[in-house]
Amino acid sequence: MARNGGVAWMRTTEKIDGYDLSTSDTEEVHVLAVDDSLVDRKVIERLLRISSCKVTAVDSGRRALQYLGLDEEIQKKETNGFDGLKVDLIITDYCMPGMTGYELLKKVKESSAFREIPVVIMSSENVIARIDRCLEEGAEDFIVKPVKLSDVKRIIDYTTTELREGEQREGARARRRGINKRKQREGDDDLSSSPPSTLSSSTSSSPSSSIQSATAPLSPSTLDSPTRRLKMTSSE
Amino acid sequence: MDLIQLQRQLVDYRTSLYHEGFLDEQFTQLQSLQDENNPDFVVEVVSLFFEDSERLLNELSKALEQQIIDFKRMDAQVHQLKGSSSSIGAHRVQKLCIVFRNYCEVHNVEGCLKCLQQVKHEYGIIKTKLESMFQLEQQILNAGGSIPV
Repeated sequence: MARNGGVAWMRTTEKIDGYDLSTSDTEEVHVLAVDDSLVDRKVIERLLRISSCKVTAVDSGRRALQYLGLDEEIQKKETNGFDGLKVDLIITDYCMPGMTGYELLKKVKESSAFREIPVVIMSSENVIARIDRCLEEGAEDFIVKPVKLSDVKRIIDYTTTELREGEQREGARARRRGINKRKQREGDDDLSSSPPSTLSSSTSSSPSSSIQSATAPLSPSTLDSPTRRLKMTSSE
Repeated sequence: MDLIQLQRQLVDYRTSLYHEGFLDEQFTQLQSLQDENNPDFVVEVVSLFFEDSERLLNELSKALEQQIIDFKRMDAQVHQLKGSSSSIGAHRVQKLCIVFRNYCEVHNVEGCLKCLQQVKHEYGIIKTKLESMFQLEQQILNAGGSIPV
């Protein structure tokens, strides 16, 4: 259903603006979801699809690395029969047998090819030390399970924003928690817990504690995007 | 029983499950994810939960029958059960798992045995109740009605 909506929207925009979207990447965010629990995989898949994402769900960190092509033992350029779609976001459970979500996070952030992919950690345990450790290692955000639609929408919103506008990743989690220990990978200005710096001259971000709201000058395509529409109309 | 009565019965039944703490708001979340295009979502997730839980409860039973009890492995299994019950809103089961894990941590066999019994009991109850609820829903659909929100 999301795919149909996306295509229809693209056609409409083309007609109205003559704006050629055919060469752009798919507007849908492609999420790699990692969780060893079958129940949780089914739920997260549904949450992501409802949020207009493409989803690939795998049951272990190892399989996630294989999918990305990062597994040392299996050197594959192709990805298990999927058409090698670029992954825009990784959402992973923390506690998994074999490789934990934390270890997966580290491997992703250590790889030059994939370190830019935002990684979100999910955990049933709201342990500050664990959260901090993940954030320090470069996790984009930390969701406490059980995961709700509002959690997923929030994350997709700012992932979509960052993809569209090619901005540096903000410490969104810093805003929410007043912590920022993220490594200065991209050489950002130091982000404190006070209102975040504007990311570009044309963008303003309100320091909302719960909702991302980068209201950049929106191109016709982003204005009509379902996720952007959701963000604009939703409130906590 | 006519359609209106069935629908009323369903609403009352559902409400009681929340009031009595069998279900929590996560179950409501799941219901909100269901729509005309995915009309069986809740049933499917709950079915996975049933399969998963039964497997884990069997493994836990076996683990506690061993000469040497692997508490670490048991703890991991209870953690899994806690997780999946939390994900579907099976509130009582989830709460019991927390207690169960505490006993695992301190290697208290008696405590574990007692908890396992309680979890099995609560699991049995929620399974019966959810199945009854799904049956009611099916009856409503068969009578040409829609499931009240």
